[in-house]
This record gives sequence, C-alpha cells and structure tokens, in this order.
Amino acid sequence: MAEGMGVGAAVRRREDERLLKGRGRFTGDIALVGMKDIALVRSPLAHARIRAIRVPPEHQGAVFTWADLAKGGVKPIRAVSGLPGFKISDQPPLADGKVRFVGEPVAACVGRTRAEAEDIAALVEIDFEELPVNADTLESARAPKSKIHDHWSDNLFLEADTVVGDIETIAASAPIKVSRQIRMARQCMVPLEGKGVVAVWERQAEQLTVHTSTQMPHIVRQGLAECLGVDQGLIRVIAPDVGGGFGWKGLLQAEEVIAAWLARALDHPVRWTEDRREHLVAAANAREHRYDITAYADATGRLLGLDARVLVDAGAYSAYPFSACLEVGQVGSILPGPYDFAHYRCHAVSVCTNKPPIVPYRGVARTGVCFAIEQIMDAIAGAVGREPHEVRLLNLVPPEKMPFVNVTKKHFDSGDYPESMRRAVAAIDLAGIRKRQKKGEADGRRIGLGLAIYCEQAGHGTAVYHGWGIPMVPGHELAQARITPDGGIEIRVGLQSHGQSMETTLAQVAHQVLGVDISKIKVVHGDTGLTPFSTGTWGSRAAVMGGGAVAAACKVLVERATKIGAHLLQAKPGDAKFENGFVRAGLGHVPLAEIARVWYRAPQLLPSDVDPGGLDVTAGYKPKSDQGTFSYASHAVVVAVDTETGAVEILDYVVVEDAGVMLNPMVVEGQVLGGIAQGIGTALYEEVPFDAEGQPLASTFADYLVPGFPEIPPIRIVHMTTPSPLTEFGQKGIGEGGAIAPPAAICNAINDALKPLGATLTDTPMSPKRVFAAIAAAVPPVGGPTNGRRVTPLGVHSHDDSLAAGNKP
Amino acid sequence: MKPVDFDYERPATLDAALKLLGREDLNAKPLAGSQSLGPMLNLRLVQPELLVDITAIPELASIREEKGFLVLGACVTHAALEDGGTPDPTRGVLARVAAGIAYRAVRNRGTVGGSLAHADPAADWVSVLAALGADVVVARTGGRRTVPAKDFIRGTFETALGPGELVVEIRIPALSANARWGYAKICRKAGEFSHATGVVLIDPARKFARAVIGAVSGPPIVVDDAKIAERDPGEAWVSALFAGTPLGDDAYQIRIHHVALKRAIAEARAP
Ligand SMILES: Cc1cc2nc3c(=O)[nH]c(=O)nc-3n(C[C@H](O)[C@H](O)[C@H](O)COP(=O)(O)OP(=O)(O)OC[C@H]3O[C@@H](n4cnc5c(N)ncnc54)[C@H](O)[C@@H]3O)c2cc1C
Repeated sequence: MAEGMGVGAAVRRREDERLLKGRGRFTGDIALVGMKDIALVRSPLAHARIRAIRVPPEHQGAVFTWADLAKGGVKPIRAVSGLPGFKISDQPPLADGKVRFVGEPVAACVGRTRAEAEDIAALVEIDFEELPVNADTLESARAPKSKIHDHWSDNLFLEADTVVGDIETIAASAPIKVSRQIRMARQCMVPLEGKGVVAVWERQAEQLTVHTSTQMPHIVRQGLAECLGVDQGLIRVIAPDVGGGFGWKGLLQAEEVIAAWLARALDHPVRWTEDRREHLVAAANAREHRYDITAYADATGRLLGLDARVLVDAGAYSAYPFSACLEVGQVGSILPGPYDFAHYRCHAVSVCTNKPPIVPYRGVARTGVCFAIEQIMDAIAGAVGREPHEVRLLNLVPPEKMPFVNVTKKHFDSGDYPESMRRAVAAIDLAGIRKRQKKGEADGRRIGLGLAIYCEQAGHGTAVYHGWGIPMVPGHELAQARITPDGGIEIRVGLQSHGQSMETTLAQVAHQVLGVDISKIKVVHGDTGLTPFSTGTWGSRAAVMGGGAVAAACKVLVERATKIGAHLLQAKPGDAKFENGFVRAGLGHVPLAEIARVWYRAPQLLPSDVDPGGLDVTAGYKPKSDQGTFSYASHAVVVAVDTETGAVEILDYVVVEDAGVMLNPMVVEGQVLGGIAQGIGTALYEEVPFDAEGQPLASTFADYLVPGFPEIPPIRIVHMTTPSPLTEFGQKGIGEGGAIAPPAAICNAINDALKPLGATLTDTPMSPKRVFAAIAAAVPPVGGPTNGRRVTPLGVHSHDDSLAAGNKP
Repeated sequence: MKPVDFDYERPATLDAALKLLGREDLNAKPLAGSQSLGPMLNLRLVQPELLVDITAIPELASIREEKGFLVLGACVTHAALEDGGTPDPTRGVLARVAAGIAYRAVRNRGTVGGSLAHADPAADWVSVLAALGADVVVARTGGRRTVPAKDFIRGTFETALGPGELVVEIRIPALSANARWGYAKICRKAGEFSHATGVVLIDPARKFARAVIGAVSGPPIVVDDAKIAERDPGEAWVSALFAGTPLGDDAYQIRIHHVALKRAIAEARAP
C-alpha cells in the first residue's frame, strides 16, 4: 500500500487546490442563460396582519405573493414532531395574511439583476395591522402578549419532562445546593458563503434542477416535492461548492421553495442570493436558551442530583426537517453531560416567539447544555472549596465503567473522560497559573483558568431519531463505489461536503480498502441525480456513516475483483487474496486495473459464474449500534480580564480530545480549530439582541461582531485515541465538538479571574459591558470559600427572572 | 443590498471635480476610498445620481511639507501614512494612528479626507486631527476656506461642508522636538471602530497641553488644559463632562472614556 494515504494519514485536502485559488463554484458563480434575480420584500415588523399588498401597475408580473404560490399549488413548510403535545406550525414560504418575525419573506420580486429586483421590491407597499409582539422568551411562555399561531392555545411548541430517580428526596437531604440562572444569546451562524439558490426547469430532462447551497440535497428534494406537490423524480437538487453551513444549510428554506416554484412558473432560470443583511436579520436563528438549574451534591462535591427548567426560544415556526422539538429534546437528554449521577429532573419548553425559527447550529443544544452544567460544576467546586477539576474527576464516568449507560439512557461507547481532564489540567499548567494568580499581574489585569468537558453523541441514527417523529429519520447510509475501465475508483455519496474535507477523507477510506492511489479516487457528492439517498451532512455523522458506507461498498468491490483475479491467475477463489490493489495467488498477482480491463473490455476472459453486477456497487452501512459514538474533549483556557474595561483576552487554550481513530488527523484538527473559533464567538462576541418590538438590533457586521484572526489565540490540541467499538475503523464523529465547550470554559475562566471580586458571569456573550456590569454589581466575598448547607452562589446575574418563579425580566 | 442606479465620473483635475459636484440639477457625491460610502450605497442609505471619484486627481494624493506644516491631500490613504517614508513632523502620531484603523485592506483604500467627511465620531482621524490642531481646507468652484479640524465635525455624520464643497487638504502643524503624545482607543476586536478614544498632546515649546475625548455622541471634546492633559482627572471628571449628553447615564461609557483618557495621559508621560 502506498504509505500515508489511508485511514490515519494527514493527507492534504484535495479540495483546497480549487478553493484556495478562488476557483470553487458556488451558487453565486452559476450563470444560466436567461437567468433572473430574485429580491425578497421582507417584513419590517415582528408580528402583524397583512391587510393589503400593493404592487405598482408597471411591475405586475414581476412581483409574487403567497396568493400566486397558493394558486400554483404550493403548500406551506410543515415540520411536525411525533412527541406528545407538539403543536404544529405551518410556514408559508411567503407570508399568508400574517407575518411572525422581522425578515419573513412577504413578496418575491424578479428582475434582470439583483439591483433591479431590489428597485422593484422598494416599490411594493404593504399595509400592516400591527399585533402585540412576543419578543422575550420568558414572556411569550408565561404572559404572552398575543397568540403567534391563532389556532394554538398558547405560545408553546412543546413541553417535555425528563424525570429519573427522586430529585425531591435528594433536594431535601443534600448538604450542598447550588443554583444558577444562565442565558445564551441568540446568534447567527454566519458561514462565509450565505445561502443561495439557482433553479431552472429543464425541458429535455423534464426536471426542475435546483442548485442550492445546502448540507442535505436529498432532504431538500424531499421537502421541495412536498411543498410543490410534485413527484420527487421531477426534482434534482445539486449542491455545488458550499462555503460553510454549520446548520444554516441543514434545512428546507422558504427561499428554496420560492425559487423552485418561480423557475417553473416563469419558465426561465431564477436565482436568489442571500446577502449579509438578510442573513443577520432573517437568519438570527441559533442558540437562544435559558436555564434555571440547581445541582445537589455531597460535602465532597459528588453530584447527587440535577434539577433544571429550560426554555429554548424556537422562534416563529418549526423549521424543516429538524422541527422545533430537536433542541428541547436534546436539552432534556444530554444536560447530564459526561457525569455519573442518578437523580435528574428537567422541564424543557420550546417557546414560540416573534423571531426567526431556530435551526440547529454546530453543537446544537450541546453548546448551551455544556455552558449550563459546566458552570454548575464550578459552582459546586466553589461551594465545597475544591479545585474545579477535582470535582469533575469525582463525577466523570470512569473508564472502567465503559461502555456506560447514563441517567438518560445514553450509551457512552468508550473513552477515558477523567484522563482527558487530567491531561488538560497538566497541559494548561494549573499549578503555575495558581502561583501566578497569587503574585498578580504587572499590568493590573486578573487572570483566570477555566475548564469544561463534554461528550458529543455523533453519527446517531434510527434508534435516536425515530422517537421524535420528525420529517427525517436517518437509517442505513449508502455509498456507491465503482471501478472505472482504467482501474480508477469513483465513490458516490449522498452526503455533502461543505468544509468537512470529505473529498479527501472518503478517498482515504476507499484507499484503505482498495489500495488504489488516492489521486485515482474521485469522490462525488451533493447531487441527488448522481448519488444514493442520504439525510446529508449534519450531526457529526459523515465520518462514521459515510466512512462506514464507503468501506462497505469498497469491500464488495474487493470480493468481486478477487473472484475475477483468481480466475485470471487460474487459482481457486479461496486461494486468492486481495492486497494493496492486487489480487495475489501463489506467486502470481494481477492488478486491479487489469481486472477492470477484463470486466469492461474483455468479458470473454471472465469466469462463467462471475457476479453480473460487476465492478459497480451500492452498499449500505449502519454501525453495530446507532446510538451514536461519543467523542469527548476537555477544554482548558487561561484568560486575562481587564477589570477596568471588562475586556477579556485569551492567553492560552488547550484541548484534549478523543475522536477515536482519526481518518485524517489534520482534518480533525481543522474541525476542532474552526469549531473553537465559533465557540469563542459565542463566548465573547456574537449576539443579535432584539428590542421589545422584536426588531433585531445587529443587522450589519458593525454590530454583529464575529471574531477574526486576531481574536483567535494559538490553540494547543492534544489527541487521545480510544477506538469506538461500534464503527468501521473505530472513528467517532467530532465535526461539532470544537464549538461546544468554549463558552463554558471561557465563562469559568472569567469567573475564576473575578472570584476575589465576587463577580459572576452567567450569560453569553461575555462582552466587556457585561463583565463591567458584573463587577460593578459584585458583592465581594467575606473570608474564604463557603462550606456546608444551602450555599447560594455569590455575585450577580445580569437578570434575576427565575424561570421557576415565572417573574418577568 | 445593491445600490440604486447611479452615474460615475472620474475627473483628472480638481476643477472638473468641483464643477461636477457643484451641479445643482443632480445629486452628486464625492467618492474617495469607498470604504464608508460603499456600504452606505449598498444599504441604500445614500442614493446619489452621480458619483464623482476624486482619486485620480494628483494634488489630492500628495503629501508635502510647508513652513511648519505637513500638508496631506484629502485622498492620502491610511496605508500611505502607516507605511511612512514621507516626512512626519508629528513625531510618529500619524503612522501609529493609521496602523490602528480597520484592517490593511480598508487602509489601502480609505482616505483621511473621506474619514473626516464621513464624520463618524468614532473615526480615529476625527479625534487625532483635532488634537494635533490641524486645519481642514475645503474648496468649491471659485473659493477655498479653512476650518479648524476640531470644528469640522458638527455632529454624527454632519460636517461644516457646504453644498458642492470638497475637502482638499489637511494642514497639520509640526510638533516641537520635545513634544509628547499619547493615544488610546478602546474597541472589542482588532479593526473595529473605537468605542472610546483618548488623545493627549503636550508641546511645551509651543505652550500647549491638550486632551481630546473622542468617540462620543458628537464632535470630539477638546480640552486645552495642562491640569487634565498631564494628570488623570479621575472618572468623576469624565462623568461631569458627559452630564446631560446621551452618554451621561451610561456608566460603562463613562468608564471606558475615562480609561482611554487615562491611558493616553500615561503614555504621554512615559519616559
Ligand atoms: C471594516 C471597516 C473598519 C473600519 N474601521 C475604522 C476605524 O477603526 N477607524 C476609522 O477611523 N475608520 C474606520 N473605518 C472607516 C475607514 O477609515 C474609511 O476609510 C473612512 O471612513 C472613509 O474614507 P474613504 O476614503 O473610504 O471615504 P468614502 O467611503 O469614499 O467616502 C465617505 C464619505 O465622505 C465623502 N467624501 C470622501 N472624500 C471626500 C472629500 N475629499 N471631500 C468631501 N467629501 C468626501 C463621501 O462622499 C462619503 O460621504 C472602517 C471601515 C471599514 C469598512
């Protein structure tokens, strides 16, 4: 085998040749003859009835509303959930009589250029009757100002309770009780490339071809067919190069439905390209969680029970296919984190508000959940007067208990969680930092050390998803593998690679099985016309599921090639074996290219009982259990806090992660680094605040801050490798992991730095202003750490609206 | 986010530019580096009929020394000042300030004149040129006048420019050999507009000591008072200064403006 091309090799990304030279082909690069551009008239109001839409007479025929789409048979986007009590929201791609968030599309205008389409859009007048706005999560849940969906009884998509053990008894007897109210701000995902769609009705193929910047072409096809009321066979969805998704491209979008319908109705190609302002306004759709969380522990810090009330702000509609139940479902089931304890209660509510529909963003609910539980672990440590890592080590599932079924019945497959924590603490030099803290900084800043650990369920399938009853349940993953007549390999997957490097890593997998040089292995993805069905690239599933499927298909090729090779070598099939691209028997060998030549061009030489399916196969894969692999990581960070201005600087950042067997360590590190950059954004910078009228207050990058290169510190990554017992090569999904822990680790570090002042931060982003406010409101601690019963946290919260009490903010 | 239709001219002489800008039959706007105007056009916050690109006019791009003054053409870019190589009688102020504006890509195109004319109170040159005691020379067809930099900005996005007027040059008095200065800009990330700016300039030979508090809700606050410029006046002083302004009730704004001032003072005092 050519060394250094298979599983485990740090092969350079093959996709970079075009991407780094600016030669990628994104939706914005597609130009079709006769193509026109779409500009959308979006709602300027968060909640209002539409009394009338007036189109200037000279632009009749260039402006389309829901009335046109409905007449054309278009149905609203509907993402249901089978969970009991879930309320269904219909999302018409263009507003139907009512708008429910600022930025909701109301009319589609078509022009020869985008500028012309925007000129037309500026002339469309809408008569609104304003309705009371539900901008605040808690208020919409407890004291709604109006009903967002008229036929609902309240503004709640779903309430879900998870109860294990007996939390009341624990509450009455535990020596230590700590509580926190914690909030994660609403965010945008800001991929470098925004969304984009180019749709064309192709007469010769009798097919609607929809080029769209998506993570899940097959699911978009399914959703489009449902909304347009046509057969799936009529639609081909192609994802060209996709410049980042992070979840924002893991859904069926209203704009996709609009463009697809217009292309057919107008009989010319149309394009819609999301601009940054549309993104920041209409796609402010991620992360917004609120936690009211209490932990009970014994006097050593051993966690006895966890009790939480959680609100997820799901926005105005249930997004397709993940629905408005995904995040609350996750919160309830993964809040316990990597810890071993027995008593748990979680009341999680998916609240409908007049904001854009929530969409799972890299890490999904785990980022919020980790932010909550890791703050609580530090609070316990403070209450019992121990180092935060000591309390974690007491409570983490130990390696000897693996595989482990936790309090919410999650099947942790493998790993050594405590060891990753120990290594992180050693790498960040906890002892050195404590010494440095005692000495103080020359520049007057305060430094702090923060830790966070999580485990990430990835590549989970039917076992997990069928219970939710959403429009998509992953099953077996398929891959197609083909040997070309000249001995090259073509791999086809229904996944879509938009930064995950699959054109490289899946080729490595094929190389691992077939031994063919990866320069001769082509990976085709992201096109429903060319690839087998897949739910797409989400949930850190591609390495596990795609890797497994590609290996499975290549193994069938090995079997078939071996049989032909044996015949050519005049050996019994049982005496021949496949090795590094050759079939060997006795002293003879025959290369794969020769076997391919015979199959395609000299079939007279084939054995009479050859498999007529030949060297072109589709195979499926499912791991031994599809409960998911559990990768995990400990993050350790040192920050310096300027207590005058509230500015936070990250001085050092260490990640100790376990991705199982890495298909490509360089790619794993790239995923981790990118995720951490986004996590730092969540921790320190990113927020779309909304005013009481539901107006988003950050609609350009001047107000919506994302970290740039100068804000990302050098990050040290330490690998641990515990192969997953469930997967083909022992690999685990890690695509989201980097984005999960940074807010928690950074928050804990800031709080560590501010501990002597008695200030505590609990909300993202931890902006200078929030740090300043926390310090200003702080009550300095008296004496040392507090011991004993009923300890409540020191310091302040920037909000005191307890979810349990139902107070208003 | 596409601009409305507009016409575009790129005259080679100042006279031609002034003539176009002086036209009363259409709404014309000068275009320099486009780093602020570009976004405004895309957001359709401005909808001009004609853009007059002034970057091909040689005299607007020149830097020259003239009897105790450094004279910058309006179209001198931040990058040109950052890179130095030109005379600098400001003892390093210009290069240091230029290097802290935005990112290099923005600095390559953004101009000093555009920065002043855009009149964002948070812009670096707005505070710094006021501190340096610079004059802004503006021209229209048939006339020129000079406005002190500290009076050039009238409010947020408001300037002393009249219809058809163009900033043509900025005259910066040379500092004495023993002059000292300090500059502090507080922002959340590299390349961001300032949230609070402090500039201090002490020039004993020319007998002045000046402190500027910038990135406020209007023109920068210029204080010609050695007591302030030489010694931290304390947060209460800033608080009193802001009383009755939109920042007056904002403890955080008062804090960071005080810190910026304090740091500028400390830098100016440092040996
Ligand atoms: C990402 C980003 C970050 C930035 N950060 C900073 C920062 O930290 N600090 C800072 O100070 N600035 C910052 N800026 C602004 C930057 O410095 C711009 O260069 C400056 O504001 C405008 O200069 P310009 O030459 O690009 O002017 P333009 O954008 O071309 O014009 C701006 C305005 O001035 C008018 N105008 C231009 N030239 C003249 C003239 N000679 N006479 C009369 N009117 C004229 C135009 O008509 C327009 O109204 C930033 C900009 C960006 C895009």
